[in-house]
Amino acid sequence: MTEQKNVMAHGSVTGGEGKEPEVAVRPLVDIFEDATGITVQADMPGVSRDRLEVRVENDALSVEGRAVIPMPDGMEALYADVRSTRYQRTFSLSRELDSDRVEANLKDGVLTLRIPKREEHQPRKIQVNLG
Amino acid sequence: MLGSLRGFEGGLFNELRRMERDMEYLFGGTSWPNSIRSTARGTYPPINIGANAEQVDVYLFAAGANPESLDISIQRNLLTVTGERALIKEDGANYYRQERYDGAFRRVITLPDDVDPDQVDASYRDGVLHIAVKRKGVTKPKKIEVK
Repeated sequence: MTEQKNVMAHGSVTGGEGKEPEVAVRPLVDIFEDATGITVQADMPGVSRDRLEVRVENDALSVEGRAVIPMPDGMEALYADVRSTRYQRTFSLSRELDSDRVEANLKDGVLTLRIPKREEHQPRKIQVNLG
Repeated sequence: MLGSLRGFEGGLFNELRRMERDMEYLFGGTSWPNSIRSTARGTYPPINIGANAEQVDVYLFAAGANPESLDISIQRNLLTVTGERALIKEDGANYYRQERYDGAFRRVITLPDDVDPDQVDASYRDGVLHIAVKRKGVTKPKKIEVK
């Protein structure tokens, strides 16, 4: 937590100096399901692996990240679409998903989460024996 | 209004929407800080621009863009960035949400008049394209002596 504050003090795009809790941006996501699980892809540009946190707690999957943007001294904002360097979004999981086996992968600011279905919920091929 | 259709249109529709925004951006009656409202609906990539006396910094939050597709050109103080993000669509998957932009993008940005088009630096890291353009220095604060 203290580390995050340090990052804000010299890395914020918005000039927020960590005095008050910053409003978090909801990262845009794609979510799709196939036979074996659900995939979530979230845009979190500026977030590196060590500033990313993925948590599962009481069937809630939460994603949080902090963008670190290199900025020259004395920079003044002329225009800003992105007003916060904190990303946060939470999803509730359903019971057939195996929250213990969530896989996370971050590349070029895109987080990919793979949430597999529990084995008993995966479609099984049933062998038909010919007598 | 168009924002609600995201994820369904093809590339051409997106391109038109983007051009419309760019025109608004360049020639619109409102000064450009007001265009915050239009981009809040999610033009990809979002942009931040900052400046100090030495340089102007443009940040494009282009998560997942193909680095090889990024093309930056500058003509006097007009900066144009084009690129592409091609999402991998999974066949047979059931989509619940499609909020992320898919396809080619183009942004045109008017920089302050005193930028030097010969001194541009660009880097792409963690999905952020950072373009730094040096200024010629004519607008650096000058002390005027009172006689």
